[in-house]
Amino acid sequence: MSSLHVTGGRKAFGAVAAMSGVDLTVASGSLVAVLGPSGCGKTTLLRCIAGFERLDAGSIEVGGKVVARPGLHLAPERRRIAVVPQDGALFPHLSVAGNVGYGLDRGARRSGRISETLELVGLAGYEDRMPHQLSGGQQQRVAVARALAPKPPLVLLDEPFSALDAALRAELRRDVRAALHADGATAVLVTHDQGEALSMADELAVMRAGVIVQSGAPADVYRRPADPWVASFVGEAVLLPAAAEGTNALTPLGRVRLTAPQNGHSDAVTVFLRPEQLQLLPAGTSDGVTATVLRRDFHGHDALLLLALPDGLKVSARVFGEAGASPVIGDEVTVTVLGEALAYPR
Amino acid sequence: MRARPVLLAASLIAVAVGLIPLGYLAIRAGEAGWPRIAAEVFTQRTAVLAARSIGLALVVTLACVVIGVGSAFLVVRSDLPWRRGFGVLAALPLAVPTYVAGFSWVSTVDGFSGFWAAALVLTLCSYPYVFLPVAAALRGTDAAQEEVSRALGKGAWRTFTGVTLRQVRPAVAAGALLVALYVFSDFGAVSIVLVDTFTRAVFTAFSLGFDRTGALVLSTVLVVLTVLLLTGEGLTRRKGARYARPGVSRPPTRIALRGLRWPFIAALAAVSALALGMPAASLIRWLSAGVSRPGSLGEIAAATGNSLFVSVAGALLTTLLALPVGLYAARSPGFLSAGLERLTYLGHALPGVVIGLSLVFFGINVAYSLYQTVWLLALAYAALFLPLAVGAVHAAAAQSPPALEDTARSLGRRPLYVFRTITLPLTLPGVGAGAALTVLTCMKELPATLLLRPTGMDTLATELWTHTSVSEYAAAAPYAALLVLIAAIPTWALSREVISA
Repeated sequence: MSSLHVTGGRKAFGAVAAMSGVDLTVASGSLVAVLGPSGCGKTTLLRCIAGFERLDAGSIEVGGKVVARPGLHLAPERRRIAVVPQDGALFPHLSVAGNVGYGLDRGARRSGRISETLELVGLAGYEDRMPHQLSGGQQQRVAVARALAPKPPLVLLDEPFSALDAALRAELRRDVRAALHADGATAVLVTHDQGEALSMADELAVMRAGVIVQSGAPADVYRRPADPWVASFVGEAVLLPAAAEGTNALTPLGRVRLTAPQNGHSDAVTVFLRPEQLQLLPAGTSDGVTATVLRRDFHGHDALLLLALPDGLKVSARVFGEAGASPVIGDEVTVTVLGEALAYPR
Repeated sequence: MRARPVLLAASLIAVAVGLIPLGYLAIRAGEAGWPRIAAEVFTQRTAVLAARSIGLALVVTLACVVIGVGSAFLVVRSDLPWRRGFGVLAALPLAVPTYVAGFSWVSTVDGFSGFWAAALVLTLCSYPYVFLPVAAALRGTDAAQEEVSRALGKGAWRTFTGVTLRQVRPAVAAGALLVALYVFSDFGAVSIVLVDTFTRAVFTAFSLGFDRTGALVLSTVLVVLTVLLLTGEGLTRRKGARYARPGVSRPPTRIALRGLRWPFIAALAAVSALALGMPAASLIRWLSAGVSRPGSLGEIAAATGNSLFVSVAGALLTTLLALPVGLYAARSPGFLSAGLERLTYLGHALPGVVIGLSLVFFGINVAYSLYQTVWLLALAYAALFLPLAVGAVHAAAAQSPPALEDTARSLGRRPLYVFRTITLPLTLPGVGAGAALTVLTCMKELPATLLLRPTGMDTLATELWTHTSVSEYAAAAPYAALLVLIAAIPTWALSREVISA
């Protein structure tokens, strides 16, 4: 059973097309992240689903009920799709309880649903506080509770963590994810942060220039991106020009095994690897390719190295372990490839 | 984003209503015909009036710039002792209506009249118009910019003239414009110190000789002067008045005055003594004589009641007209809404005597059922003070951004419920505060009130004017004191905003 169906959604602002045929399906009870760079139309998609914008073409179905199609545009209040905006948008003149209870009728307000949802987001006992007395993270938690309280068929989150600092963001992501799952809510998260999308979502939909270019489980999208653009947008990518020979490809890093035999019309392909698939050994210890370290971005638990290959091509490699053990700028290393690689026709 | 046809239509109507006085003046001037206008304009009397009005504006503006910029610099950028106190004192003269100041001088100094008397009174009342924006601008300058200039090898003086002064130049220009506009429009002070400027000539031509064409033509000349001034200021502003202030700025360092501190303290103290001490002393002196006079308390109560009545009516109409314009400006920012908001300032820049006169003709010839009612006076107040209320509504509407209303609707609430529970509670305090300020501003208004009040209805301002013009200073004092109290409230609100910001 699916809870949200967007079919052929189109929306233009004047001459600028924000959505040019979006198809998106979200299963009941799951959390889907729509990931895309700024300006790709993801916020417009969310505003169309919520009913704040009118679709030019296509249809939207929520919980088996059509809420938008040509000639029909259900008002936001009749869709009952809850929204968690970027900055929380708490009603500043209402207490926490007033905010969370805003979408509830009198009976539901008395039934204890307010404290139940507050508990869900980790703010039990905060009913009487005013929004200005809360930290940024707490305000976002209240915004999530307010969205969940009326048990909406769908919750939309519009980059809800982007205004918070990094440490707080990770904790809040986990808590919000847990709260959504505990409440059995169906949710769509819109974000440009790939880390956020990968860590929170049950399913990922990558959006570019007004269309969804790939959707699937985060691990599948990370491992098998649909094209080189998705590969380098969702995480770091090593893209190599290569010549395919059946299940192998001849690359500047040597012979690499492919996940699927390349049987297109051309054997000229682009081979895709993740930086962690490049293994570095002391120079001359193996029969790999020799490369020089050009740059080193140290991240603590790992480091990302930029390597120059003999033919001038530059590739990234991720090395784990102690800082002292990894190569430094100017070192010569031998590079070998771990595992299989994906190939895209060129 | 969303088109708002209803709001736009309501805004257009509101702006049109606000522009009735100006429009009607143009119609009447057109009807009078060019030969008659020319016969009135190109006379020696008009030339003398024009020279006197322009000369007064020049002298007062120059004096205000010197005093305003000087005190702003001392208060914000020097190590002057008691500078916070001096900052408050420098803003306070705004709370003294010019006709109250005129009253206090005339009633204390024998033979206080003429051009220089008017220049003194107007300067002492208007220099805060320069002081407040310049002090705010000086406080906003970033120390880093001056440090960079010094580090690039420019000396302290070249840094001050090349960096600091240039940044506050728009504030000086804006303040000077306000002063010049104010001098053109002032009626109370110049008529109390018996100087014939355009405003006084318009009033006497109309109320004594009932010379309609003369009053009309003089009004038109005054409007032309005002428009010329506004255009001139617009030209200087276009040369880049907005300076970007990227990043966080640090408060600038203060200059050590050393041996000069005592002369500067003496100068600031002298200005405050003349601008505030003098009216206070005069009020106290006459007040002790005035209130003890039998029968005056009933008069004062009646005038207060009348003032409140006409001002509340004016504020109601003004706020009603301001609501669509302010909401439209806040919700559909763009060329059209900015233009409409700008149009409301046109009436504000015009002298009250011109607005009043035009509406007298309008009442007699077009809307006779409104003539001699409080509503025609309310319309004059609306034309004069619309931008104050529009600003308040605009700021209040920003308290309830569209995202809040979208979110409320997504929680299943209908637009009317959202308006009642979200939009209204968030915007009402701001709109209410704006309306209250408008009431207080209307209570101080003198020339339009004199021209348009229903016969026999005396307000605080008209009572003060009437008693002063026949030298009944003791009888005038209670009204002057009440008017200072009324004017002090908006001044307090304004200076709190500027000084603490």
